[in-house]
Amino acid sequence: MASSVISSSPFVCKSPAKKDLGVSSFRKASQISIHGCQRKSISRKIVSVMAPQRSSSTSGSVKTGMTMTEKILAKAAEKSQVVPGDNIWVNVDVLMTHDVCGPGAFGIFKREFGDNAKVVLNLAINILSLLAFSLFVIVTSTLKVWDSEKIVVIPDHYIFTSDKRANRNVDIMREHCREQNIKYFYDITDLGDFRANPDYKGVCHVALAQEGHCRPGEVLLGTDSHTCTAGAFGQFATGIGNTDAGFVLGTGKILLKVPPTMRFILDGEMPSYLQAKDLILQIIGEISVAGATYKTMEFSGTTIESLTMEERMTLCNMVVEAGGKNGVIPPDATTFNYVENRTSVPFQPVYSDANARYNHIFVADYRFDVSKLEPVVAKPHSPDNRALARECKDVKIDRVYIGSCTGGKTEDFMAAAKLFHAAGKQVKVPTFLVPATQKVWMDVYALPVPGAGGKTCAQIFEEAGCDTPTSPSCGACLGGPADTYARLNEPQVCVSTTNRNFPGRMGHKEGQIYLASPYTAAASALTGHVTDPREFLQ
Amino acid sequence: MAASSLQSLNPTFSQTLASPNTSPSFRSPFLRFNSSFTPKPLSTRSSSSLIARSAAEPQERKTFHGLCYVVGDNIDTDQIIPAEFLTLVPSNPDEYEKLGSYALIGLPASYKDRFVQPGEMKTKYSIIIGGENFGCGSSREHAPVCLGAAGAKAVVAQSYARIFFRNSVATGEVYPLDSEVRVCDECKTGDVATVELREGDSVLINHTTGKEYKLKPIGDAGPVIDAGGIFAYARKAGMIPSAAA
Repeated sequence: MASSVISSSPFVCKSPAKKDLGVSSFRKASQISIHGCQRKSISRKIVSVMAPQRSSSTSGSVKTGMTMTEKILAKAAEKSQVVPGDNIWVNVDVLMTHDVCGPGAFGIFKREFGDNAKVVLNLAINILSLLAFSLFVIVTSTLKVWDSEKIVVIPDHYIFTSDKRANRNVDIMREHCREQNIKYFYDITDLGDFRANPDYKGVCHVALAQEGHCRPGEVLLGTDSHTCTAGAFGQFATGIGNTDAGFVLGTGKILLKVPPTMRFILDGEMPSYLQAKDLILQIIGEISVAGATYKTMEFSGTTIESLTMEERMTLCNMVVEAGGKNGVIPPDATTFNYVENRTSVPFQPVYSDANARYNHIFVADYRFDVSKLEPVVAKPHSPDNRALARECKDVKIDRVYIGSCTGGKTEDFMAAAKLFHAAGKQVKVPTFLVPATQKVWMDVYALPVPGAGGKTCAQIFEEAGCDTPTSPSCGACLGGPADTYARLNEPQVCVSTTNRNFPGRMGHKEGQIYLASPYTAAASALTGHVTDPREFLQ
Repeated sequence: MAASSLQSLNPTFSQTLASPNTSPSFRSPFLRFNSSFTPKPLSTRSSSSLIARSAAEPQERKTFHGLCYVVGDNIDTDQIIPAEFLTLVPSNPDEYEKLGSYALIGLPASYKDRFVQPGEMKTKYSIIIGGENFGCGSSREHAPVCLGAAGAKAVVAQSYARIFFRNSVATGEVYPLDSEVRVCDECKTGDVATVELREGDSVLINHTTGKEYKLKPIGDAGPVIDAGGIFAYARKAGMIPSAAA
């Protein structure tokens, strides 16, 4: 049971041991990338290793303990027991889509579930008479999604742009939602003033949480890789493509392979200058961009318990950057408080069994003493290209971007404002602020920042010389159409609170993106170089 | 006229029906089309038989033959299809073709040979050779779709990111295959190669270097691919009713 790969370094590098340890991936053999371990220098102070608890009873009559994820999937598949590797049909509680993937997903849904023969026949009749055209409408309108109240359509990616195709995609979604009587469609029609749109929300993952669609124990799928954000609520949440989404639209089910769970235990008091973004960058830097491929990343420990919901969302948000299938955090009072204030839909929280089997392929948990961690960044061009912020202080930057599902929530802006206020200085580079949702935007303008004598974020940002907070959307996190606000159109260096920094991510192929926490981003804006926030926070 | 009023109701559908000679909105070789769809003609480039588009009989052997395009590790979805092109809807035939023309356009300038030549719509490379974690990043299905739309038939990579792999299987746009060694280090862009898929014994043959590489069996994804994609698999499994006659 003890690991045979424990080296002299206190950090254990994983070797792909027996590939068929009862875990056959959706493809044949999982490849665990260990090059990340080998090429990084591991901070010896931080990580220690412990062998996982193994289930001691293996007799057939005793049920094997399951992890949270296994339990959620078992329940959704109406099974009493699942093990990693099982391919199961799972009932979906919520399906989310947005303006980029929605048209394609609905297109596939119609093609696959619509009655082609009937449509051809009716087209023929259609040419002949207008009355038959009405018949056609009636015939196709009989095609219904599986549940019009379990689908949430959230335009957020390419909204405030003059790109005609982008605008058309929102119109296409409006048509689908109207036809299918979709209950939750956060529509926008007036692009000139986001506030003139009462239904519009903004970034899908933040909107899902704020509107009460994230609930413990449920299965949430979305046509976006950062759907894993919702795992913060103790549910199974993962991103899927248009074809899978088209299937779910018609059936409310999806074929999933049960993933094994990697456990990350974070203990210790969170230092005042550290944020959840630093934690996840630390972890991704540890295990690499493929370190959690096909696996669940389960986060627990005293530090996790101390995090707010928004910080937990930031943590789970970047699980996909490590290749993870889903991220999950055990729900607690913090979770219930948040959820119950936003929805009255009942939910059933789920917890890992004490004798659940972890890390079927790896042989150790990952433990972190958070009190010893320092602010980090991910240097170009990979989310696992981790470096200490203070070791990058000679890197001159051209701009700072604070926004996205990862770093554009209310608390992210509060943190940046707090640092600006403590510093009392002006930014040295253009600093772009993109609130994730309408609600975040309103908070930025309405909520007083603690310790700032009643000033709001917006006031502090203005005094520091930042750009005016802009209309909420995904914005330039992923580049977008050419006229997207804050898009990287030149090969500049940008410190960003977003989630990816692969070449061309924010627009220009030679753009250099440093991923960072809101504190680090704010500190960097003040100096014009990548800067450790302790310069201003201690 | 009638077609245009049909179009306003469902733009993607009407385009497919109005021009039956264009490629169907989804070139998946596995989806069973009814007679109103015209299967895409076999590429004149390849000599050996490609996946039979009608998928009428079970596939025991599949062969892809053509030129290789070699990329490195961690080729993410933004490099495969930059986000600015995501306004194109893959289930719309014209936009599907346009997506193909932008395949791998996000690769840095260090890639001197472009996957699709400027001004062209299709690629001359049938087989993409990748390193580790191919397709990482976004869940955008546009990624495998654009590769297939451009004319790629298969990807042979050391490892895949899961959503990309899953989307490749679900759409049938490219065949995602695992190599056992770092083929990306041993093949060069422009090498002539053949990929032969057989029961439990698939290979990549590089005719230019003369080397042969074992490929891993497709594993759990096999039944889904063999059935013809997720919808066909579900129909076979009785999860959804069979398509109307």
